[in-house]
Amino acid sequence: MSIKEEIIPDVHRDDIRSRMGIWLFLFSELLLFGGLFFMYSVYRFTHQQDFSIASKEMNTFLGTLNTVILLTSSLTMVLSLVALQRGKKGLSVFFQIVTILFGLTFMVNKVIEWSHEFKVGNYPGSAILSSRPPGQILYFGLYYCMVGLHGLHVLVGMTVIGFMTVFTIRNKITQDNYIKLEAAGLYWHLVDIIWIFLFPLFYLIT
Amino acid sequence: MDDKKLHDIHSHSYGIYILVWLALVALTGLTAAVAGINFGKLSIVVAILIAVVKSYLVLTEFMHLKSEQRTFKVFIFVALFFILVSLTLLFSDYSYYGR
Repeated sequence: MSIKEEIIPDVHRDDIRSRMGIWLFLFSELLLFGGLFFMYSVYRFTHQQDFSIASKEMNTFLGTLNTVILLTSSLTMVLSLVALQRGKKGLSVFFQIVTILFGLTFMVNKVIEWSHEFKVGNYPGSAILSSRPPGQILYFGLYYCMVGLHGLHVLVGMTVIGFMTVFTIRNKITQDNYIKLEAAGLYWHLVDIIWIFLFPLFYLIT
Repeated sequence: MDDKKLHDIHSHSYGIYILVWLALVALTGLTAAVAGINFGKLSIVVAILIAVVKSYLVLTEFMHLKSEQRTFKVFIFVALFFILVSLTLLFSDYSYYGR
């Protein structure tokens, strides 16, 4: 046996367990948002009238638009995976960049909505908001916490997908090794699901 | 090593995802349109029901749960079941003290 024998690194891969890992992380996210949703449901139950009045001030058009944007970004995310599985690297990169751009559009709309609220004085701790009935203060508190936390997740998701795009370009993510892209996609879809619930709960109260 | 087993391929076409997306957008339109109608106490039920259907579509199709191993499905079922249990306990408590 020669001393110069090449050491072949053991390429250990277990995609199923990798996916299980990301799913376990998603469950922890579910706990995080689950608690907030519980809090929301209790306060909505105890302050039904105030929640309804406060939600009328939401921009339903922008909310609906943002829902469609996020749903479409989920589509482009899953299409980027299909493209890669079919060996179309360029198309996959394109879809990933489109996904990030959709995320960016979502955030821009959020900035428009929030800056409007801030202009009218509806921000946490403002004198105008503090003078309103307790139920409406709770509604806006929950709105800023939950939608804000969700927005943070969108930003994180965009960053993660950005890294995935670089990895794909550098062939770290390839046609037969795409678990990283798939994991990023799972996270992005969960963020989408959370918004699917946030949208009717904050924008569409009758 | 059998390459096929190393990474089980979710062989999907573009088409099914576009169909799912269309359904999701249609449901979004429905939930926004229905919100204008006053169903009274049922309004929230309708809104949540549509959101659940949308989430189911995202979970099974976009997140590939349909073609995923059984273990994953059991995991998710257990997680959602306990959320439902917590919510039921929370509200049985609140409807008692809230009066």
